[in-house]
Amino acid sequence: MKRAAMHLIFLFVVLSIAGCGYNTMQRNEEAVKAAWGDVEAAYQRRNDLIPNLVEVVKAYAKHERETLQAVTEARGKVGSIQAGKDIVGDPKAFARFQEAQASMSSALSRLLVVAERYPDLKANQNFRDLQVQLEGTENRINVARTRYNKAVQEFNTSIRIFPNSLTNSVLLHLAPREPFKAEAGAEKAPQVKF
Amino acid sequence: MTARTKMGGQRPARTSANPTMNRYETTNRLKDCEMYYGFRTPWAPLLIIFSIVFAVLSLAHAAHALEVPPLKGYVNDYANMISKPAQSKLEAELKAFERTDSTQLVILTIPSLEGETIEEFSIRVAEAWKIGQKGKDNGIVFLVSAKEKRIRIEVGRGLEGRLTDLTAGRIIDLVVKPRFKRGDFSGGFVAGVSALIDATKGEFKAEEAKPARKGRSLSPIFTLLLFAGIGLLFLGSFSRLVGGIAGAIGLPGIAFLTIGPSLITLILLGLLGSAMGIFLPLLFSGGGHGRGGTFLPGGGFFGTGGGGNFDSGGGFGGGGGDFGGGGASGDW
Repeated sequence: MKRAAMHLIFLFVVLSIAGCGYNTMQRNEEAVKAAWGDVEAAYQRRNDLIPNLVEVVKAYAKHERETLQAVTEARGKVGSIQAGKDIVGDPKAFARFQEAQASMSSALSRLLVVAERYPDLKANQNFRDLQVQLEGTENRINVARTRYNKAVQEFNTSIRIFPNSLTNSVLLHLAPREPFKAEAGAEKAPQVKF
Repeated sequence: MTARTKMGGQRPARTSANPTMNRYETTNRLKDCEMYYGFRTPWAPLLIIFSIVFAVLSLAHAAHALEVPPLKGYVNDYANMISKPAQSKLEAELKAFERTDSTQLVILTIPSLEGETIEEFSIRVAEAWKIGQKGKDNGIVFLVSAKEKRIRIEVGRGLEGRLTDLTAGRIIDLVVKPRFKRGDFSGGFVAGVSALIDATKGEFKAEEAKPARKGRSLSPIFTLLLFAGIGLLFLGSFSRLVGGIAGAIGLPGIAFLTIGPSLITLILLGLLGSAMGIFLPLLFSGGGHGRGGTFLPGGGFFGTGGGGNFDSGGGFGGGGGDFGGGGASGDW
């Protein structure tokens, strides 16, 4: 009888934990991680396009050494940051990541502005293809970021509202996640006009 | 000035109490107006600020969020760009394509984007309509905005391998754009759709004889009842009163915190909880005539498994496909 009572108490504890949003918080944290995976994949996709883009531009616009170099450097910087693992959990790493990607974005848009000055380059089919791919990638980044922010908002709310906040402070110790902040020029895919 | 004195005259009770009415009237025009319209003076500025803020906010809101129109079928020609024969041809073609390949391709034309970018709008459309089958994510939204002359092909995640951004971009540039430039919109849609079908044909196969109901998962309420039943059994074995009260309060309370059901459900759960708290221990301690499970309601609490609802019952809807922002845009 005592054993049975112990079992029941155990079940009751499990139940009350479930009632305090334990599962919800876990689920939301996983959602944040999944959304972060998409963000990284989208940024990685952009990074993979860059060597080709640089090559094509180089063939037509040799004099734009500085702009090209800025892009290559920004790419290297992004790569070095992605080597570190837990970016979502560490606000500082997250800020670094965001900064590196922002400088990548601005270097890229400068490169595209420069490309405008070379009619031969603009007419090059290879370059146009890369531009389409780049546009698509920027859009994916945008979508992934928006979804990440949505997931983070949901997660942060779920660890802050009342019964959950108690469960969190006692059991889970989850820290609120940082959303992406809008940066100048990064919220829109670069519009490339022919 | 005559109008103003007349105005004051309409409200003698308020203004006559003010000994410096004359000065008041000449210096505080704004406040006087507010009083005339029935605001209490101390609150009037606040009220005005609130209403301005509200107006600005609602304006900004209206300007920002262009509403996603309802999904009518494969062709949703809200901008009246496609001729009737072309429309029925497209409908038939797309229906046949979905039947063989399960890939859903939907056309949407809108009169204007109202300031939004086409990429933002099209992902919202894709998220709202959920074109493509769940798990396969094989949906395509072919979106055209008439006023801005923008074209976008939004590609579901499952098709991104076949219909790359590049392919989508080329279809826009080489197939759709030239026809649109000539003003041949119907031709542009027909040619664009067949190019899209060619690009994605064979990537997916329609499943034959889909079971009408997918494997249902137990609804959270059912899990809750199971656990609560055990807990209440425990409490109720001490005292039936305690069990009844705990059930009446605890069950709807926990349900509210975890699932957040409606008020009626909460009340029902409260009744159910108290009944469970009182009678469950009886059932188990009674031994002889245990009628286990009678307190657990049947089908009513199961979640209805939603899934691909295309082609069933004549209505058309998205199957739950996911989009990740793939595709291409262009203009003409």
